[in-house]
Amino acid sequence: MDLFEYQARDIFEKHGVPVLAAAIATTADEAEKAAESIGGKVVVKAQVKVGGRGKAGGVKLAENPKDAREKAGAILGMDIKGHTVRTVMIAAAAPIEAEYYLAILLDRSNRTFLVMASVSGGMDIEEVAHTAPEKLAKIPVSAVDGISIAKAKEIVAAAKFPVDVADQVAEVLLKLWEVFQSEDATLVEVNPLVKTTDGKIIALDGKVTLDENADFRQPDHQGLVDEAGENPLEAAAKEKGLNYVKLEGEVGIIGNGAGLVMSTLDVVAYAGEKHGGVRPANFLDIGGGASAQIMADGLSIILGDKDVKSVFVNVFGGITACDSVANGIVQALELLGPKATKPIVVRLDGNNVLEGRAILKAAAHPLVEQADTMDGAANRAAELAAK
Amino acid sequence: MTIFINESSKVIVQGMTGSEGTKHTRRMLVSGTNIVGGVTPGKGGQVVEIEGHNLPVFNTVAEAMAATGANVSVIFVPPKFAKAAVIDAINAKMPLAVVITEGIPVHDTASFYTYAQSLGTTQIIGPNCPGLISPGISNVGIIPADITGAGPIGLVSKSGTLTYQMMYELRDIGFSTAVGIGGDPVIGTTHIDCLRAFQDDPNTKAIVMIGEIGGDAEERAAAFISEYVTKPVVGYIAGFTAPEGKTMGHAGAIVSGSSGTAQGKKDALEAVGVKVGQTPSETARLLRAILGR
Repeated sequence: MDLFEYQARDIFEKHGVPVLAAAIATTADEAEKAAESIGGKVVVKAQVKVGGRGKAGGVKLAENPKDAREKAGAILGMDIKGHTVRTVMIAAAAPIEAEYYLAILLDRSNRTFLVMASVSGGMDIEEVAHTAPEKLAKIPVSAVDGISIAKAKEIVAAAKFPVDVADQVAEVLLKLWEVFQSEDATLVEVNPLVKTTDGKIIALDGKVTLDENADFRQPDHQGLVDEAGENPLEAAAKEKGLNYVKLEGEVGIIGNGAGLVMSTLDVVAYAGEKHGGVRPANFLDIGGGASAQIMADGLSIILGDKDVKSVFVNVFGGITACDSVANGIVQALELLGPKATKPIVVRLDGNNVLEGRAILKAAAHPLVEQADTMDGAANRAAELAAK
Repeated sequence: MTIFINESSKVIVQGMTGSEGTKHTRRMLVSGTNIVGGVTPGKGGQVVEIEGHNLPVFNTVAEAMAATGANVSVIFVPPKFAKAAVIDAINAKMPLAVVITEGIPVHDTASFYTYAQSLGTTQIIGPNCPGLISPGISNVGIIPADITGAGPIGLVSKSGTLTYQMMYELRDIGFSTAVGIGGDPVIGTTHIDCLRAFQDDPNTKAIVMIGEIGGDAEERAAAFISEYVTKPVVGYIAGFTAPEGKTMGHAGAIVSGSSGTAQGKKDALEAVGVKVGQTPSETARLLRAILGR
């Protein structure tokens, strides 16, 4: 889960990373009040989980509370690369002397953690990596040993931070490691990390990504979920414990196993090329035990998507038996009754496939038809969606 | 021959007394796996009867190994306790630890993987994987044993159900070993480790490699294939339609910016001469053409 800047800032503050005074606002009124309480010049920053907001006009300096009110009014409601701005952060303005970059992240390729540090902060770090790779130090961090003060100093030296700030930056890095480890983050990035004209080191903007697998030991993280920004279908699916991602397409997909469902989306998209370009409408993995209730929950989410014209249920019975999946479909349709309105193409294979197919055949539900192969079923579902 | 497991694999089940552990211990026993015991801290000394086998339960992996001579551990411990279970296996110098558990925090996986590497005595497969099977010989994990039999194909896959699907498509030919390496961002055994083992296994004549979006494991595997693998390899990649920035079921299946895309992986494999199927069925046909079957 990616956090908003203000959430990252609050987490930084909690762990002692130096940040500026700030408050959030969802109306121009609140923005004015926030600016008043902070005092002096402030920066009004759009809170969106996408890069490039500065260029899009989502970050403005305000001279006084009245000005903050106006700037916030203009930024709130803006669309930045498809993200609507619903919140702004009002932060104290800092006189900046230098901008640096500091990040700790999971390095998947090398199966370790990695610190990236640069004295050329403030800009897109991928650009620095590309145009001036010598200015970006990359230092692996052992997942067992972590970052000690000695290691932090070694990293700061390797990144060639100026001597006058080196100790401060090392302290900040140590605290960022605490954030990274104790919050189960996979990314903690500060860009820019600034040196103010009075020589202080401050995290001016931050990005944090949290590992959702760690939610069981991070009870506070539930409160960081952006419920207003969630797609309503995705939110409803999450409530039912379903692994669902909304896409832009017409063929609703239900399958078992993440890989098979991803593959199903692709196969439907290929088949759709022959049927007017119809596409998969969603990702939905119902996992191993496809009970009637899970199937009914899945079907009702998908049938609640007004873009869906047909549904493709693709199940390979590994441990799951196809007869219980078939029973699940039949019972799900009974539960849904008149709410089930779209044609459903079912492909069952694997464990107890003959029994499963026989159950669906005997039920003879008018909306359900069966196909023998995944490719054939995808083609039929695409054809039905194109009608 | 097979890879990683064989006739002399003696398997213990960590978490055997839990519901998933018991269920899959039964399945593994039925398919002929030599299961010699289980580990559940605090339940040492108990004997559990599963499918007519009296299986001793131990408190630690070290005790289980000393008493049974086990050389493989399969782990069905819930995410909260998985790290401790894997560390227990590593401390006991268990040669192979297969971690089935889904949902382990990546900090825990990175930590036990790093620890295992530092000692160099334990190979980890997974986590978040279905395990591996050498049909008719040994079945460690949750892969259904009755899809197909022994044969000349080696299979390595990030996905469980796609593994089953591919084994089913090629069920008349059969497999030396099929390995599900798992869909997490950090995994212990990679495509490359399996490709190397299949290349070195005289019974494997052709290899199917299944990948998916996220990370650069497939790109690295492509580079490895060009320098090491002389056996024919066909590939399949899932996730062409996945949008950027969304996790698709597996914790590791996410396109970040322009990296980790299915197209990038397909291009990398094709650049080294690996044929990549557009669907699982087409991938199976490509393999049939190579084997002339």
